[in-house]
Order: sequence, then C-alpha cells, then structure tokens
Amino acid sequence: MAHQINVFAQNQPGRLEHMTKILTEAGVNIRAITISGVGDFGVVKLLADNPDLACQALEAEGFSAFKKEILAAVMDDRPGGLHRIFNILGGAGINVEDAYGFVVKDRETAVLLMELSAIAEAEQVLAAEGVEILSERELYEL
Amino acid sequence: MDESPFWEKELETFPTEQLRALQLRRLRRVTELCERSPYYRQTFREANFESSQLKTLDDLRRIPFLTKEDLRASGPFNFLAVPQDEIVRVHSTSGTTGVATPIFHTGEDIEAWANLVARCMYMVGMRRSDVFQNTMGYGLFTGGLGFHYGAERVGAMTIPAGAGNSRRQIRLMQDFGTTCLHIIPSYALYLGTVFQEMGLNPAADTQLRLAFIGAEPHTERMRERIEELYGIKAYNSYGLTEMSGPGVAFECPEKQGMHLWEDSFVAEIVDPASGERVAEGEEGELVLTALHRRGMPLLRYRTRDLTAAIPGACACGRSHLRIARIKGRTDDMFVIKGVNVFPMQVEKVLLSILGVGSNYRIVLETVEMQDRMKLMVEVTGGLWKGDVQELSRLRDRLVEGLREEIMITPRVELVEPGSLPRSEGKAARVEDLRRNH
Repeated sequence: MAHQINVFAQNQPGRLEHMTKILTEAGVNIRAITISGVGDFGVVKLLADNPDLACQALEAEGFSAFKKEILAAVMDDRPGGLHRIFNILGGAGINVEDAYGFVVKDRETAVLLMELSAIAEAEQVLAAEGVEILSERELYEL
Repeated sequence: MDESPFWEKELETFPTEQLRALQLRRLRRVTELCERSPYYRQTFREANFESSQLKTLDDLRRIPFLTKEDLRASGPFNFLAVPQDEIVRVHSTSGTTGVATPIFHTGEDIEAWANLVARCMYMVGMRRSDVFQNTMGYGLFTGGLGFHYGAERVGAMTIPAGAGNSRRQIRLMQDFGTTCLHIIPSYALYLGTVFQEMGLNPAADTQLRLAFIGAEPHTERMRERIEELYGIKAYNSYGLTEMSGPGVAFECPEKQGMHLWEDSFVAEIVDPASGERVAEGEEGELVLTALHRRGMPLLRYRTRDLTAAIPGACACGRSHLRIARIKGRTDDMFVIKGVNVFPMQVEKVLLSILGVGSNYRIVLETVEMQDRMKLMVEVTGGLWKGDVQELSRLRDRLVEGLREEIMITPRVELVEPGSLPRSEGKAARVEDLRRNH
C-alpha cells in the first residue's frame, strides 16, 4: 500500500517554503501536494518518492509529521474516469475522507490518491472492477 | 448642594487617633471570635498568642500571615467562627474544582458589607433618586451581588441586568433612564461601539452620569476614555472575595487614590519577600485583616496585590488611608473580564485533555476593544495521528474544557512544535498585550 506524509502547519506565510526547503535538502522528490486547512492551521499532504526519509527530515526540523496509508488508483484521463472510481466506491458504501490526483500522461493516464477509513475494502472492490491499484514502488516509479 | 457628601460622616472623618482606637477595639473582638474557629485556635496556639494579649495594633504582627494556599489547604469550614446555621450566603473566587475558595457570610456580614458598598457609592454621588444598572455577573462572583446590595441600601432603583447582552443593556438604560452604571472598564469601551452600531451616542442619548469601574486592572488613560465616551465621571473600585468583595477601597471625588475603609479593615503594606512592612509611600503587597466579619473572620490575608499608601490628608475630608491604583500581582494570577485566572488552571485542563504535557503560552490581548485570552498550544506527535479532524476536535475540546474551568471562552491556536519560547518560570507563560493595562 502507498503512503503520503501528513504534516501539521500553521497557516502562515513561509511555512510551505520552509517545508519544501527541508525536503529539497534531503533530496526528496514531491509528486503531489494538497492542503486541508481549518482556519489558522492545516495539514499539508505530500506525496513523496521516499516517505520515510521525508518524514524523518521534517521531524528533525521540528515538524509534526505522520506517514499515512493511502490508496492510489489508476484512472483514465478523460471524461468519466474519476466518476467510475467514485461510482464503484459509492455503490459499496465506502466513504472517501480526502482525495486528490495528478496526471501521469496527458489525455491518457491519471492517478487518484484517496484517504479512506475502509482502505482494504476499497482496494478489494476497485480491483474486482478491474481498476488498477498502485503499490508504493509503482507509484513512485511512474 | 447642601446635602452631606458623607454616608457616615463621623466614621468617615474620624481623627486618626480615634480611628486607631476603634481599630484596636474591633481587632480585639475579631481575634476573640477567631478563637472559636478550628483554624485559628490551632494557629494561635502554635504562635503562642491569645486574643487577651492584644494591647496595641502592632501586636497584630504576632499573628502569622494567611495565604490563599492556607485557605485552600485547611478547607473553608475550619475558618468558621460561628455555628454553620448562622451562615446565610457563600461566595467563591472564580475557578472551579480545586482552585475555588468559598467565603461564608452571616446575615450580619452581608449587612456590614452592603453598608460599605453603599458608603462607596454615596461618596461619589449616587443618591436615592438615581437609577443604578448593574452590568456585572451575578452568582458566586461578588461584584454583582455586592454592588446590588449596596445600591439598594443607598435607595437607588436597581436594575439587575447582569453581564452581557449589549443591546439589551442599552435598551434598559433608555427605558429606565439609568444614571449610574457598574461596569468592567474594557466592557464599557466595547459597549461604546454597540451604541454606535445602534446609531446612538452614549453621552447624548442616555441619562448616565456616574460609573463604578473595577474588577480588572485599568489605567488612568482608560478611565479618561470612558469618561469622555459616556460624558460621565468614573470611579475606581477595589475589593476581593476573601474580604467579602467590593467595598474594601474606593475612590472619592478627588480621584487621588482609593480610601481603604479602616473602620472595617486593618491594612498593612509589606515587602512580598520578607513580609516586613515597607516605609510609607513605598510599594508593597497589601495585607488585610477584616474587622467587621463574624462568620469567617480572616486575619492578615496576603492579597498578592501590589500597591502603595498615599501619604497626606485627602481634600475630601475623609481620614481613611488612601492606596494607589493596584500595580500588579506578586503571583502569576491574571485578571480577565473580572475573572481571576491562574496559569495552573490552564495547565490542568491541557493535561487532562491532551494526556501529555505540551508547551503552551497564554496571550492576553485586546481585540475590537474587548479583552481576550488566547491560548497557543504546540502540536506534537503525541496529540494526533495525522488527521486534520483530530486537530479540530482537539481545539474544540480545549475551548470547552477551559470555558468550564475558568469561565472565560478562550481562542485556542494550535501551533507548530518549537514555535513557542521555552519558559523557565510559570509567569513567563503569560504575555499581557492588552492595550489598556
């Protein structure tokens, strides 16, 4: 299963700059980023090619960071690609806590990253419908 | 005005020697009374003191100081000098479990207290014909009921408005033609903005002429702003729950310090470290002995408030000691919106909700003319598992937990680890940025 890094950050100028500088110096590549903000603070979610190293580097600089299990599903980069995934999950009664995506090859392939409470179950129903699920290694080697 | 400016002329203008003689008589009576309370029986025995040995006021020094910690440690019932049947009221300092200190009153105690507050209110010009609106909180807090009883004693029509609900406060002022107000200084300034929102001018559109301000520290400049805004005269009030409440000391129309009622209190000003009396006019901690209380008499109570005696006679003719505006505290307690808060209370709530210790900082600030408490807490790995909802919930629980403990709704800010200064002492955790202090 794939992982992302969840980092607590205050909603202030310069925090993301600081965070990305640490990861740059640690030689970590970031494939995707999203932020869940709640007013004056938020959680920055990073998809890094080396989650353990990213976590260590951030914690060493005083950030509170966690490795969080996510589900990475491959979808077609065309109308209906995203809908197909949510249709399967919705049909199985599985709730998505948070999601974001990125394009791997324009007009062909994209990846959807999801935080779910029922992650194993989601993987099962998606795989059963022929949706390709990426392992940690596959995700970073894209 | 041919009417007397005094509530009790003889007492208020007693020549100093007579005042001292009165204090000594009352001090003897109160120490005799103390011998009936378990706490003082033991304390006197340990200090080798008997009330019959009290020959001069200076002999008071043979009795040990009483601290808030002593009050808490011993339990309030140990201080009762009368059978519990005679107690008719309990008030308490702010704070809930563990920190509150209940103070018991007999019917006579309430009468004596009301009379002192009436004396204060009359001194600055409140009369029977006035309409008094009390915007202080009622309940265990002494500021509300203390002034309520004082105003009724003077004979003014009293509006027990209680705290909050600003628009209703203004409507009450207009409906009943309020002339006198008891109000927290920062709230008075805030209320001015509500008048504006309602398209009203507090000076022109009300009958107000007097305000009693207190329950939180404020500066001379703040008083002037209130006086200007409302077109009134505002007078500073001093009191504390342990000494019944308001009515301990109050400004006269001269506004040159607060008269501390020496017929009812013996005041000492001491060096907080050594406990020795400071020279007249020097700053020190106010230590009070109540002479007028029967139910729960307290001797040489360390108020932790810093002040100085103002030498010389007052032009108003009152002979009672004048003390300067309270300059600060000897401990880490702070006062916000009339509530006494100890950082220890905040720490207790943090620990019970977070389960682990976390670095925090309390910031007192003025936002839109209202004083506010901000609590900043560092988020460390022990507090969450990576979900933003956990942190929102945590913040809500902290706000709720603190509101229950200190009765003030704080703003809680979660901050990154290491972003707050590491403080050595407790006091360093509190930063007071309030503009009016």
